[in-house]
Amino acid sequence: MSSSDQARSKDEIAATVAHDIAGEHPHGAYVNLGIGQPTLVADHLPDGAGVVLHTENGMLNMGPAASEDEVDADLINAGKQPVTELPGAAYFHQADSFAMMRGGHLDVCVLGAFEVSAGGDLANWHTADADAIPAVGGAMDLAIGAKQVWVMMSLFDKQGRPKLVPECTHPLTGVGCVSRVYTDLGTFDITPDGVRVREATGTTSEEIRKRLDEIAWL
Amino acid sequence: MSAQVLGSADEAVAATQDGATVLVGGFGMAGMPTDLIDALIRQGAGDLTVVSNNAGNGDTGLAALLAAGRVRKVVCSFPRQTDSWVFDGLYRAGEVELEVVPQGNLAERMRAAGAGIGAFFSPTAHGTPLAEGKETREIGGQTYVLEYPIHGDLALIKAHVADRMGNLVYYKTARNFGPVMATAAATVAVQVHRLVETGELDPEAVVTPSIYVDRIVPIGEVDG
Repeated sequence: MSSSDQARSKDEIAATVAHDIAGEHPHGAYVNLGIGQPTLVADHLPDGAGVVLHTENGMLNMGPAASEDEVDADLINAGKQPVTELPGAAYFHQADSFAMMRGGHLDVCVLGAFEVSAGGDLANWHTADADAIPAVGGAMDLAIGAKQVWVMMSLFDKQGRPKLVPECTHPLTGVGCVSRVYTDLGTFDITPDGVRVREATGTTSEEIRKRLDEIAWL
Repeated sequence: MSAQVLGSADEAVAATQDGATVLVGGFGMAGMPTDLIDALIRQGAGDLTVVSNNAGNGDTGLAALLAAGRVRKVVCSFPRQTDSWVFDGLYRAGEVELEVVPQGNLAERMRAAGAGIGAFFSPTAHGTPLAEGKETREIGGQTYVLEYPIHGDLALIKAHVADRMGNLVYYKTARNFGPVMATAAATVAVQVHRLVETGELDPEAVVTPSIYVDRIVPIGEVDG
């Protein structure tokens, strides 16, 4: 069975995102990868794609994870993991780092999500469970700041409920900010006129539309 | 007044009063001014409002200040982490108040305080629970939320090198909130890895100019 006949793994989703970043930004791009699943995208960016990674805690041209003998406690990514710097790296303070986001200077950010609505609303920071401690970090600034906000998630949660929904049920991170959603079962463009199936994986576009029949499809 | 070079972290925090708002640098433990926080614990001021990106990691630094029961309120962007057990316990027991602020708004609110800005409109958090009840305005077709400055009574930050005047340079991602917090508090105390003579830092490379810095505590090497 080829990979196109089954759902994509997280790594395969990340590879697709990396491929699209490189393909749609032939002269390079400034990209922020959210903590968790999106960090996998870095492993798949083609050499020479000219992608410069931004990390919210104040660095451009962040390099790969630090090997054991490279670990420096003062050189970390947004997930507080030790990383490295590439030639051309720059450090800056938090007000500058978030000005880069809000000011529209980042080409793409890739975020994880609990839910994305057909209108591009994003919910990824808080489950609203009674004993959950709210924590937002830079998610809200990233969501409304980058030129393109892409989401990586599974299309259904562990209980089988869709995560691409007519309206989010979880507290929002940003309104109308997501333009593309990469999932295990396909990739979706969110447009002002509705949601378009860009690619189906291990299933068909018709099957996805049928399973998510509350979405306004294009 | 130019900056004072002090022999101990205790001197730098000696005048802290109960109820003070303390800006604490660091993103996780990177840039966390642990020696200054330990001194603040020994100094004993309580009922503090702490403004920091996180709410403590492990059992040292900000977590130790929380564990000592000195903090009434935490203003931060990301309290919940795998190693934030001290804060988590206090929060669940109702012993500490929490204001969650998106990280960019947190930084910009302190930047505004340091820059004499009365308030500003930010697009961040519009339409989310964190903007509920806040004034909004539509500007150029986009909705913005009114945000107010955060002023500190005291800022505790960490830098890499200071000269004796108080000019600072930082180290890698430990820079994070230091330069912004240095502008936003009435008194700014910095712990530095290295102290050099005035004139030894390249003026083109200074990140925080001396005007913002009040108290310097060398923790590592001292030149000359």
